[in-house]
Amino acid sequence: MIPFLLRRVGAGLVLITVVTAITFFLTYGANIPVARNILGPAASQEQIDILNGQLGLNRPILEQYFAWIAGVLQGDLGRSYYTSEPVVHALASRLPVTLSVVLLSAAITLTVSIWLGVVGAARGGVVDAILQGISTITFVFPAIILAIAMVYVFAISLKLVPAVGYTSFDHSPGQWFASVILPAIILSIGGIAALAAQIRGSLVDELSKDYVRTLRSRGVSERSILLKHALRNASGPGFTTFSLQFISLFGASLFIEKIFALPGYGTYGFNATMQFDLPAMLGVTLFGVGLVVVMNLVIDIASGWLNPKVRMS
Amino acid sequence: MTTPSIGQTTDVGAANAPKRIGAFRRIISTPLGLFSVIILLSIVMLGILEPVLRGHDPNTAELSAINAPPGTPGYFLGADQNGRDIWSRVLASINVSVISALIGSGVAVAIGSIFGLISGYIGKRLDGVLAWLFSLLMTFPAMILIMVLQPITGGTYQTMMALFGIFISPGIFWLVRNLVIGVKNELYVDAAKVSGLSNRRILSRHVLYVVRGPIIISAAFMATAAIGIQAGLAFLGFGSGQDANFGTMTGDAFLNIYRAPLQLLWPSLFLALMNAALVLLGNAYRDALAGPQAVAPRQKKKQSAAKLEVTKPLEAHPQSAEVSASARAELLSVRNLRVSYPNLDGTRKEVVKGTSLFIRPGEIVGLVGESGSGKSQTAFSILGLLPKQAEVSADVMNLAGDSLLQQDGKLLRRMRGSVISYIPQEPMSNLDPSFTIGSQLVEGLRASMSKKEAKETALALLARVGITDPERTFKSYPHQISGGMAQRVLIAGAVAPRPKLLIADEPTTALDVTVQAEILDLLRDLQGELGMGVLLVTHNFGVVADLCDRVLVMRDGEIVEGGHVRTIFRNPSHPYTQELISSILDEATVRTDPELVGVKEHK
Repeated sequence: MIPFLLRRVGAGLVLITVVTAITFFLTYGANIPVARNILGPAASQEQIDILNGQLGLNRPILEQYFAWIAGVLQGDLGRSYYTSEPVVHALASRLPVTLSVVLLSAAITLTVSIWLGVVGAARGGVVDAILQGISTITFVFPAIILAIAMVYVFAISLKLVPAVGYTSFDHSPGQWFASVILPAIILSIGGIAALAAQIRGSLVDELSKDYVRTLRSRGVSERSILLKHALRNASGPGFTTFSLQFISLFGASLFIEKIFALPGYGTYGFNATMQFDLPAMLGVTLFGVGLVVVMNLVIDIASGWLNPKVRMS
Repeated sequence: MTTPSIGQTTDVGAANAPKRIGAFRRIISTPLGLFSVIILLSIVMLGILEPVLRGHDPNTAELSAINAPPGTPGYFLGADQNGRDIWSRVLASINVSVISALIGSGVAVAIGSIFGLISGYIGKRLDGVLAWLFSLLMTFPAMILIMVLQPITGGTYQTMMALFGIFISPGIFWLVRNLVIGVKNELYVDAAKVSGLSNRRILSRHVLYVVRGPIIISAAFMATAAIGIQAGLAFLGFGSGQDANFGTMTGDAFLNIYRAPLQLLWPSLFLALMNAALVLLGNAYRDALAGPQAVAPRQKKKQSAAKLEVTKPLEAHPQSAEVSASARAELLSVRNLRVSYPNLDGTRKEVVKGTSLFIRPGEIVGLVGESGSGKSQTAFSILGLLPKQAEVSADVMNLAGDSLLQQDGKLLRRMRGSVISYIPQEPMSNLDPSFTIGSQLVEGLRASMSKKEAKETALALLARVGITDPERTFKSYPHQISGGMAQRVLIAGAVAPRPKLLIADEPTTALDVTVQAEILDLLRDLQGELGMGVLLVTHNFGVVADLCDRVLVMRDGEIVEGGHVRTIFRNPSHPYTQELISSILDEATVRTDPELVGVKEHK
């Protein structure tokens, strides 16, 4: 288990390094007129040069990159060009918002998919039809249309939840839930269809395996065979699918945040991008990839815990 | 010699993927396929004819037309809150969506299939490197990068879609790579190689032929994703907000939702139509490629194998005399057992054709026959463990005084845990890999005893079946023990409830020769100790001679000969039996039975 996890941590670090390096060189290397954007069209060339010097943008790009890396290693991601707020602080304060939506959505996706997959494998018929229906709907209606429709129905017409805004958990757990449940459900819909189909397929495969017949021959109940034995063995492919889904789920959350005006990474990153606030953009990238890597590590551990072959290798 | 071999190989390829014209014709011959093709073509045509069909410039605001309702002269679908012609904006948006779909899926297909072909065909180290790169790419958080790299892409939807195409290309890469590896190993590519074709020719002629279909299907689904992502990005304000596209249209309409909710309908309607047509087309193409079996009539749900039908008694059967003669002393008696499976065309294939047999308490009966003779089917129908599609019927099927016919699953399950038990053929695949040996043994025992007792019993059983360190094996997982040990564990599991009847399905076939003898000895000892009746299914007359009191010879679903082992050995009357006996000496390699008929169809 330990070597396996070390390998996964290594792969995660490679991913973080590659993605942030690509982002760094593409954005810092694009000759964006940062100082001009900040100071406005009236600024003189001299003022611009001074600001560029202060921001360190006149140095060679490799030097800037290593300075950024050195900062990262000390927990310093620089300051926003516009607000001077340290990027680390800004991201840390937005972390609960993004985590709320993403983790709630991941929990919904897992719970509903497992349930649908199990019932589908055991019963077939109706659940298969429902899964087909959901998956067709998610392909036919782009996420924004679904999001708008759900906002219209649940927030505007029925007024069950607020249409926009975020309430922190400390402030009021009930309102917190109301403010994140709709975005989380919208994020989950696409993943559920695919994951449930995957779990159902793996379960059907497992149920036709020899060991299931042997368990049956010993009088073990169908319930235990399905929920204890088959589900556990089917969890491997399910986790693989889920860990890939989590990446797109996280990506989509950035956009859902914008629709619901939730002050998380999505909104922060969106504003930073619009203003060419390079340190903030890099910070969002780093934290975003980091979150994906951590989540996938959690999934790996869960999957290894369920699979003795992985755990003991 | 080159020409005929190409002709041949192409035919083999065609067996996997029907010919191009055939597939397309089959798509448009189904109502849904035809419908989706028509919708898609009409929408694309609307986009192409935009300059002719549009009334006003899609981006020109007309103050007098603000929120004009549909049907206003000059404004077919009305105008939005800025007084822009909605119909013109829909037409312009169609073009944006079509181009997005083409760029997004085109880039993904180009990158994915080129590298997939290279990786799969050349293989070796290059494959390792490419596979690693693409799995890295797959874990890229695409949306963050599309967002953050906007200053670089300039925010035009074309570059964003190209970027999106790169991020989704791993899907195509894996698809193509795995298909190519599959195809590469098939005989016909070898044939093409031998006949002197260059690599490039093999790739283009044969490999592309097979991978084309799945690529087209994925591309259709990727196109819907690209259309959705483009609209989503524009909705959020990425790219130039002035251009008419479904994203900005939806965004504008969303802001205007209280005053003119109808404006939200038009972009949603066209988006949904376009995507629905693509999805249906992808599905229709998949069905067309899968060929006729995909559209074969669905089998009606058959009653589960656990429930048996009573059929009308048949006329006297070759074995029925033997059966009735000893009816009283029988532990198991089966008369006129029939097992059948559905064929794809709706008919049924009978694999056991009216078999009758009996087993007395404490007797070991061998059921001999080659693969496909129906001997395993017979054994599993007694256990009630045939796949769901199997239809089982019999006149009589009694075990220890209880009828196994017409029982509900519950009683059968209880009997399986106590009166009757089973030793499988392949030891490793018959243990659940995720649980310890101990927990699997205990689970079977828990019905009749406490947890502590069950554990003690399991440990004692493990010791009894000849496992030297029961404690350690108890805590081990299946992958940590050898095949011979696994078979001992399975025997322990089978004899645990002290069954009256033990069904052993080729219990030694998958084992090493030295282990085989030990397992047979163990079975003989346990049988003597517990006084079980045993039905030993095997293809090996040597095993029969070693262990059995009586033997039944099965062929093509029927029992052709039966009697005491010595009698049969001395004087086999049926030519098939003679053949089997004479093959004892020839048998050099260990054979295994294929999977149960029907298991594959079940998937």
